[in-house]
Amino acid sequence: MPLSTSSNFARPDDAFRAIVEAHRGLTDEQSADFDAALVLILANHIGDIDVLRQAIALAKRRMIDGQQQQQQQQQQQ
Amino acid sequence: MAPANTQQAKIQFGYRRHPDQDRPGQSPAEHPVVIVGAGPVGLSLAIDLAQRGQRVVLLDDADRIGEGSRAICFSKRSLEYWDRLGVADRMVDKGVVWSVGRIFHGEQQLYQFNLLPEDGHKRPAFINLQQYYAEAYLVDRIQDLPAIDLRWRNKVTALEQRNDSALLTIETPEGAYRLQAQYIVACDGARSSLRQMVGAEFAGQVFEDQFLIADVKMTAEFPTERWFWFDPPFHAGRSALLHRQPDDVWRIDLQLNRYADPTVEKKPENVRPRIARMLGHDKFEFEWISLYKFQCRRMDRFIHGRVIFAGDSAHQVSPFGARGANSGLEDAENLSWKLDRVLRGASPASLLESYHVERSMAADENIRESTRSTDFMAPNSHQEARLRKAVLSLAKETEFGKRMVNGGRLSVPCSYDSPLSSRDADAWHGGPSPGCSMLDAPVATRAGEQAYLTDLFRRGGTDFTLLSFNNGAAVDAPDGVKDIRIGGEGELADPQGLAAKRYDAEPGSAYLLRPDGYVAARFRHPTAAAIAAALARAEGLN
Repeated sequence: MPLSTSSNFARPDDAFRAIVEAHRGLTDEQSADFDAALVLILANHIGDIDVLRQAIALAKRRMIDGQQQQQQQQQQQ
Repeated sequence: MAPANTQQAKIQFGYRRHPDQDRPGQSPAEHPVVIVGAGPVGLSLAIDLAQRGQRVVLLDDADRIGEGSRAICFSKRSLEYWDRLGVADRMVDKGVVWSVGRIFHGEQQLYQFNLLPEDGHKRPAFINLQQYYAEAYLVDRIQDLPAIDLRWRNKVTALEQRNDSALLTIETPEGAYRLQAQYIVACDGARSSLRQMVGAEFAGQVFEDQFLIADVKMTAEFPTERWFWFDPPFHAGRSALLHRQPDDVWRIDLQLNRYADPTVEKKPENVRPRIARMLGHDKFEFEWISLYKFQCRRMDRFIHGRVIFAGDSAHQVSPFGARGANSGLEDAENLSWKLDRVLRGASPASLLESYHVERSMAADENIRESTRSTDFMAPNSHQEARLRKAVLSLAKETEFGKRMVNGGRLSVPCSYDSPLSSRDADAWHGGPSPGCSMLDAPVATRAGEQAYLTDLFRRGGTDFTLLSFNNGAAVDAPDGVKDIRIGGEGELADPQGLAAKRYDAEPGSAYLLRPDGYVAARFRHPTAAAIAAALARAEGLN
């Protein structure tokens, strides 16, 4: 099964908000701990190593794209 | 790995001069096979080859079986192999049998596991036995086998590869001599001198954290189980392992940080309080203390010309998972029948390449598993530590968290994606597929006598075997292939139905087993032609 990147929530704002609110009041350290647990819980729920690997690849790709954009912006400045 | 300064002789053997040493240098004695290194791997391989009718010279540079904290956990698979070599009963009688492990986090038990939760197997999941006992029993067995010429204090100092043989220079207390052999098997350990002589690299990962390993003698009430702690109250922030051995000796592994000073940490007065905290008392004596940094690494190729590498000389792992000695013994059982066939001219020399293919695959698996365990115990970064913390906290209330906790994944036989296997042509819903190890099961003779499949397999010497489940169209095994028939009109019954269940057998199903007990092929409706083709493939004939 390929990683689904179409919008799966009827109300995407609710999902984003739920995660944001879970981080409210946490220090960066606590937030990182929380994210680690959340990632593991969701990864296990997906339960498909191929989907997990695609998700990891997508997240990594965004990081690389983001870095490149930053560099380009710096060069333009 | 063991520091020599505290090493004491457990059993001493004498150097004896051999007539080979009197030969003039230009015409050295010739032997079919010389094994270098009389550890568990070299000794087992020598016995296996001798049982197959080969003459073997076995060299060791020492003259004693050393004491020290080396291998202690021997797997079911190793015991089944030692059964074939005639030494398993002694090992099991002396050893401590176990199958249950427990993992703790802090003071709380996270979970327990049973490595052999079902009955109907001749051998247990594991025994713990000091390596020096295993070696002593193997050496005793060699006394029954005149085909093995075991030479102590024979140190290989030079190697010369030729087209169809290799020439060894060997140093003894009475000077040097030379030996020529068709094949050399290097079972000379992680610091293999043969490996240096062929100029092979031994690359891999070194783990920075240090581990203190102590064998302590005490009478204790702990059960015979493998106990592993993350962040125990007696050793905050680190991991610890407790394991029972025979003679009231307990193996304790304590993780130390990477900056710990070995000479300081090893001092008994510094080790004692740590262990007293762990045990809750100090009524124990030290048998052995050492400090290790673990490594996972392997040779790129296990065969260099006429020299074949087996055991720690070819691959090294961290100890969490009992994958060192056990994988070395699997090397020996994989190599023995192939080398025997090649020496007899029954298979081409290219059959040996499958040893490299199969066992380097196993080495990769063992390195992967033990690297993951060691990384879980000693995280490499803040984020790795954070993920581990998340797993340990989730393990308290979720099953998936428990399954992710990695306190060592214990050795099981590797499944080979092998050129010797014939792919399944029929539909199977279980049972060992081609490239997997055979499974044990209880069977009974018509006279009502209990037996095990592994025993039937080894009886009369292990060779290719056709294991068939009858009541269907029975096919005779090809010439030279042993026949085990279960059910039908045959001698053997399957009263509990476990053999049929473990092999997903229907009437007529048949498995072609290799001499090392691995499945070469299996058939729902075997024909003589299909069996012959699978046999030729497994013998390396096509």
